[in-house]
Amino acid sequence: MSKLEFGLTMLITGTGGTLVSLYVLSLMVQILKRIFPREASPKTSPEVRE
Amino acid sequence: MLESVLNGMGGLVIGFAALTPQAVIMMIIGSVLIYLGVKKGFEPLLLLPIGFGCLLVNIPLSGLMAEEGLFRHFYNFGVITEVFPCLIFIGIGAMTDFTPLLENPKIFLLGAAGQFGIFLTLILALLIGFTPLEAVATGIIGACDGPTSIYVTSKYAPHLLGQVSVAAYSYMALVPLIQPPIMRLLTTEKERKIAMTTLKPTVSKTALVVFPIAVTVLTCLIAPFGAPLMGMIMFGNLMKECGVVQRLTNTAANELTNIVTLLLGITIGATMDGQAFLTGKTLLVLGLGFIAICLDTVVGVLFGKLMCLLTGGKVNPLIGAAGISAYPMAARVVQVEGSKANKRGYLLMHAMAANTSGQIGSVMAASIMLSVLQAMAII
Repeated sequence: MSKLEFGLTMLITGTGGTLVSLYVLSLMVQILKRIFPREASPKTSPEVRE
Repeated sequence: MLESVLNGMGGLVIGFAALTPQAVIMMIIGSVLIYLGVKKGFEPLLLLPIGFGCLLVNIPLSGLMAEEGLFRHFYNFGVITEVFPCLIFIGIGAMTDFTPLLENPKIFLLGAAGQFGIFLTLILALLIGFTPLEAVATGIIGACDGPTSIYVTSKYAPHLLGQVSVAAYSYMALVPLIQPPIMRLLTTEKERKIAMTTLKPTVSKTALVVFPIAVTVLTCLIAPFGAPLMGMIMFGNLMKECGVVQRLTNTAANELTNIVTLLLGITIGATMDGQAFLTGKTLLVLGLGFIAICLDTVVGVLFGKLMCLLTGGKVNPLIGAAGISAYPMAARVVQVEGSKANKRGYLLMHAMAANTSGQIGSVMAASIMLSVLQAMAII
């Protein structure tokens, strides 16, 4: 394998792989946020306010 | 009697007699690194021990890196085995808050864009005659991540460890000087003025605890050879987020990181032996490392501009520059540059999100690199 071939392979797989991996992670975070939604902050009831 | 006294006195000058020009130059370089750390405040936690290690190892006949030398033991135990960088990653994970990134997961893409410099520099290094593994070690400076650079270089091009480490840590310290001109050159005043909306809290505590576990499993399945790096950073983060091992988290973030940083720094300095360091290749590594970090910034800002375009002007392209691993310097630089254009444009949390994605991105890029090298039977 020539150096240029090696370099281009690393460039394509490296940049492409990193980009795709992080995109997958961003999707995973969105799924996590749906599965484990943030609990709504407790609102003070009128009785308590009084 | 007089003769034996004179012979004995001779023992006091053998160090001077063995001094070589290379040793003197390296002692000056070591002193400059100490000066930069102490006086200029450039990454003092690392440049000080690196500089002192460099100074010590170049004193003739000190034997610190000889087979039974003190630094050789540190080197064999912590650097060759990659124990030190991995332990530092536990501390980094324990110190990093991924909440801003989880609030806005699209920012993950900026962490990928910030790694392009690694691969572009790798090609440049190959074109100027580096071997494939030397090119990999040089390119990894673009990760802007000291432990990752040390991990990869000690594994595949240990003879360049001193050069790569010094370049990685020095350029990380110089991020506030390197990035702003590139950021201003590639963006318009109008783009720099964009005020991004404040992030609403949308992440639950459970999601924050599950995040490091899910990232570890997913990324290590994609690139198993990076498991020691990603695994350790996420282990540290899991300890922080779960909140039930506060003592361990504090130890990882403070004592452990401090002790390992000290040993790692002085050991890296000890690899800077005059004969190995004072070569044309060192200048090339330093030059290519600089280009790598500039390219990271260029691609990051250009990707930020693309996101700005695709979101109809809701993303300030400056935050693209924070998609590198230099945490939190890169985020601070973005905040400073953004506030120069728009005093009300508060970019820090968005930049922090990009910066933490850069931390994951740099480890991911290195992991992918190692897995691809393995698949190509290069290593």
